[in-house]
Amino acid sequence: MQPISPEKVQPLLTQFFNRDVYLHLETTNGSYAVLRGEKTISVGSFVRNVVVRFERGMITGNGPYRVGLKMEHGWIYAEGLTDWEPDSSEHCLLLAGHDEEGRLTIAFQLSVTPFGAESGENA
Amino acid sequence: MKPRVLLVFPHPDDETFSLGGTIIMHAQAGATITYLCGTLGEMGRQMGSPITANRETLPQIRKRELQEACRHLGITDLRLLGYHDKTVEFEDRQAMADRIFQVVQEIQATVVYTYYPGHSVHPDHEAMAEATIEALQRIPLNERPTLYCVAFSSNHLQVLGEPDVVVDIAHVADGKLNAIKAHYTQSARTLEKYLEDANNPNAELSRFLKTERYYTYRWT
Repeated sequence: MQPISPEKVQPLLTQFFNRDVYLHLETTNGSYAVLRGEKTISVGSFVRNVVVRFERGMITGNGPYRVGLKMEHGWIYAEGLTDWEPDSSEHCLLLAGHDEEGRLTIAFQLSVTPFGAESGENA
Repeated sequence: MKPRVLLVFPHPDDETFSLGGTIIMHAQAGATITYLCGTLGEMGRQMGSPITANRETLPQIRKRELQEACRHLGITDLRLLGYHDKTVEFEDRQAMADRIFQVVQEIQATVVYTYYPGHSVHPDHEAMAEATIEALQRIPLNERPTLYCVAFSSNHLQVLGEPDVVVDIAHVADGKLNAIKAHYTQSARTLEKYLEDANNPNAELSRFLKTERYYTYRWT
């Protein structure tokens, strides 16, 4: 991944307006966060391949960046985005946030087809 | 009779960090080693250093890393269960125990390694450890494989006492280090820190290369 260029991301985001698309949205501080101190708790959530449709969407900020997508009945929001996959296209857009240690802290992804249902079977 | 070893862990690299040296020693002694790996670590946070993976490429990368690590460790029978990282605890526990049980029977395992239930921090670890115990409990006690469990919760020493098995792995540390390196996306940053500070006996990785500790599970 590479540092986000909002001027390249915005036109791709716009391509996803007003159609059913698959969303992967995730935030995490890691399952081992609990080991860092008594008061720290592991916090995270993800949704994968949820179908959404939005009429408006913007990437904002000066880095790290935010994304807000406006749907008929609600919003999708992400902050702390630092990197994007430059191979992204109007079919699949991958954004992520990484902390100072390079660990993923948030992933925000849109695709016109479902994200790979990766199966490890048949090694 | 040479032992027939079964490893049950949910994430590629669990086997290496917890037990890499022990596995190499089993392989060198001529044991056959089967590894049931639950997921591809799809939700890992470590993406390499520099970052080489993204959320979508990570599973395939980790699968290749695991295959390479298995070569370094001497694991010849790698079986992937195909669960999704972070979701193992929500799967049908009975069905998971069935699959583990079938493999235990098939390979006639004499020794099994997994995490210590209640002391392995990650919910996927806990779920696979519990399923493993459930599977082994179906076997009469006098025929049941020996079960060793790895614990690393912050209170495991208080609750469980000192591990009864402490294995000196210094003579196979190079092999373990190669397996750690094979898990590049997951270990790159730890390795950088280690190499910067290789002579520091307290460096994070040093303890992984000296001894491995685990508990013989006591059936109740």
